[in-house]
Amino acid sequence: MKEKLVLVGNGMAGVRTLEELLKIAPDMYDITVFGAEPYGNYNRIMLSPVLAGEKTINDIILNDRQWYAELNITLHTGKVIARIDRRQRKVMADDGTEAAYDRLLLATGSNPFIIPVPGCDLPGVIGFRDIRDVHTMLDTARSFKHAVVIGGGLLGLEAANGLKLQGMNVTVVHLTDTLMERQLDKVAGQLLQKSLEERGLHFLLATQTEAILGEDRVKGVRFKGGLEIASDLVVMAAGIRPNTLLAKQAGIHCERGIVVNDTLQTYDPRIYAVGECVQHRGQTYGLVAPLFEQAKVCANHLARYGIGRYEGSVTSTKLKVTGIELFSAGDFQGDETTENIVMKDASRGVYKKLVLKDNRIHGAVMYGDTVDGAWYFQLLRDGTDISDFRHTLMFGQAHLGDAGHGGKNAAAAMSDDMEVCGCNGVSKGDIVRAITSKGLFTLDDVRMHTKASASCGSCTGLVEQILASTVGDYSVSTKVRPLCKCTDHPHNHVRKAIHEQHLTSIRAVMDFLEWKSPDGCSSCRPALNYYCLATWPAEARDDPQSRFINERVHANIQKDGTYSVVPRMWGGVTTPNELRAIADVADKFRIPTVKVTGGQRIDLLGVKKEDLPAVWADLNNAGMVSGHAYGKSLRTVKTCVGSEWCRFGTQDSTGLGIRLEQKTWGSWMPHKFKMAVSGCPRNCAEATIKDFGVVCVDSGYELHVGGNGGVKVRATDLLCKVTTPGQVEEYCYAFIQLYREEAHYLERTAPWIERVGLSYVKEKVVEDAGTRLALAGRFRESQRHFQHDPWATEVEERRENYLPIKKLG
Amino acid sequence: MSDWIEIGHINDIPRQGARVVNTPQGDIGIFRTAEDELFALRDSCPHKGGSLSQGIVHGRRVTCPLHNWHIELTTGEAVAPDQGCAAVYPIRIDGGRISISLPLQINQAV
Repeated sequence: MKEKLVLVGNGMAGVRTLEELLKIAPDMYDITVFGAEPYGNYNRIMLSPVLAGEKTINDIILNDRQWYAELNITLHTGKVIARIDRRQRKVMADDGTEAAYDRLLLATGSNPFIIPVPGCDLPGVIGFRDIRDVHTMLDTARSFKHAVVIGGGLLGLEAANGLKLQGMNVTVVHLTDTLMERQLDKVAGQLLQKSLEERGLHFLLATQTEAILGEDRVKGVRFKGGLEIASDLVVMAAGIRPNTLLAKQAGIHCERGIVVNDTLQTYDPRIYAVGECVQHRGQTYGLVAPLFEQAKVCANHLARYGIGRYEGSVTSTKLKVTGIELFSAGDFQGDETTENIVMKDASRGVYKKLVLKDNRIHGAVMYGDTVDGAWYFQLLRDGTDISDFRHTLMFGQAHLGDAGHGGKNAAAAMSDDMEVCGCNGVSKGDIVRAITSKGLFTLDDVRMHTKASASCGSCTGLVEQILASTVGDYSVSTKVRPLCKCTDHPHNHVRKAIHEQHLTSIRAVMDFLEWKSPDGCSSCRPALNYYCLATWPAEARDDPQSRFINERVHANIQKDGTYSVVPRMWGGVTTPNELRAIADVADKFRIPTVKVTGGQRIDLLGVKKEDLPAVWADLNNAGMVSGHAYGKSLRTVKTCVGSEWCRFGTQDSTGLGIRLEQKTWGSWMPHKFKMAVSGCPRNCAEATIKDFGVVCVDSGYELHVGGNGGVKVRATDLLCKVTTPGQVEEYCYAFIQLYREEAHYLERTAPWIERVGLSYVKEKVVEDAGTRLALAGRFRESQRHFQHDPWATEVEERRENYLPIKKLG
Repeated sequence: MSDWIEIGHINDIPRQGARVVNTPQGDIGIFRTAEDELFALRDSCPHKGGSLSQGIVHGRRVTCPLHNWHIELTTGEAVAPDQGCAAVYPIRIDGGRISISLPLQINQAV
């Protein structure tokens, strides 16, 4: 017989736990759900838009009754559980309904805090917590005029905004002198207040409520000091309290909330609790992301997988109050041990404050322009040392060179038909519709369903803003991202295990780290193949089936299934003979397009797969090898003509570029890797947007690293200056090897350096000669194994793989 | 019914890989999983027509090389939330020799 699971509380956290549980153990339990409200599970965060008239109740239902029926879940709505009998393991509802359990899940949520002043129990005094409250407000707005909202926090302001939109005259009363003081500092609070006043709301700040007036229903409110105002409705939005009543009565240990451990278990091992009612490591949570993370961990334990711990969440608030962009995270008030960086532009209505401690972000408040909120929050969570880019920190990650979303950085100001994701053609309306119709809550969900920000990622900030304003809140937890769905280990763990455990094959890594899928997926296999090869160049065997098609067939797949072929042209220098050979190949194989690339090479586009070996053979015969224009590898070294021809040239940039390319070609990398050598600071080879760039000067060579000319233009950081070509080579190899050994697969040098910090790279490559020599040595050793022309090998050994297995007709 | 057409030997297809059969009606991808199961699918992703035979095979799925859609080899269906289907053809193996069965109009054209 199946075990019985009873859920008390038919809200977002509890039902999410069931969803997670049913995903991994669909047949384990007979499930019964008790909900006090007469509805299926709905999105409580969306009550504000319902009040504002932007949505209906039906729009915010997450799980309708049919959902429960289809999954054979017994649903009791409108029944409040009155008692838990822990000895006999059953729960009893106020109408006498009983249900026995083997496991009990408490998700009783929270209650609005009703300030205990005289008159607080009068009709017309409500909280803002459920659908019934919203109905009360809407009904009142139809026949009455004046409303008072007590509490100028998030919930209160949303209630006030909604009531105003319903035509009421609304006054917000707040105990302190700053609105939303838990999320905003004083300046941001004042900006917010000003724009809300412009929308017609009235405020009484630093005001304490003394009594609610009226006989049979509310007539007004009196404040300390004697002021009285008329009111037909009082909304108490002065905070929420975890609903622990039931648990307390059953003798389960509670403090502010129901106390749970890292597996979401209460002091009674048969009873779990999730959501706003719990207290975990002293914290209570009211945002979606932590609750959903709790749900996932709890489901895992209910399914007896026994792995996964909830370790708490750092939350950020990025909230849309009536079309106003707000973001805050961490400790944004600061104290005597912190410093502030502040930017305020009153006429643009923009305010940003970053609180720093020991060169790390400690907190952030943003008003008006929140596009970089997610970035600051990530820096905060990761504890990144920001000293390397402190001078540009305030201008955000996206302050220059971001392509693909028309320069927009405030989602609220965008209309529904405006394009957010320029790669995949996704408009704001598409994203909003997907979020509401499919019930999406996370960035990953949105990416999966709409593809917005799933390609180049430059519009991620905008998508997060839209998510925040549509879902109602948006928060991320601290969890380290696993490499892919097949494992819980992040990239770093995997690399470490491969190194320390001497793992030389994909199979060995999967076995040692207990991969969850039998043979991985298209995300992890290429990564593992690379990590094994890069760590153990002499021992690991390449697995072509774990390579992306371009690396498997050493050409670049095009949209019509043909390929493009780029022969190597050292340093971008060619000869009449090479050009003749390329022209002959293009004629012989009827190659439709011949194009010069951005990296100073010639691209032959539209080659049929079965022609590839013959095309390569002809190019090989003319002395050319693969240009690796398809791989996560050294691509090109772009050069200018330097001192050999140019009247400004200071050094032989062409010769140096050719030498660098001849020494580094063929090396597999975490991602593509581009170099350039410019002969003088005029920088015609554009060396300062390359992964490794050399700018020759009269006295030597400037070495620049971490540049990128693509989606997000990033100028290089200066690594150091050296004096001889030999030094350039050594530093170059050391830098490449550090990147090869430590970056995550598919991480370009630019984000890698931003992650680990330029100081770290300098420490390894510049400051410590021993480390530099060792790195360069390991690179040379690795090159002994990889510097072979793959085209020649394929022509020799695997020609038949390029042909159809059979031609019919 | 002898509408089975022999197309080659299992050893001609790499494990976790695929080869193509050209037909007058378009290419068919022949996929071999790590467990030596074989599948035949129209070599065209329901998304933008990418050549599925060029993708990475993992479990009983293949990832399209153009935009990373995941396609179930057993049914040809795109893995949710993506939606679409690539046609699946009957396939059998006998002593290492692989045969596929084509729908009428392709068969007649042979």
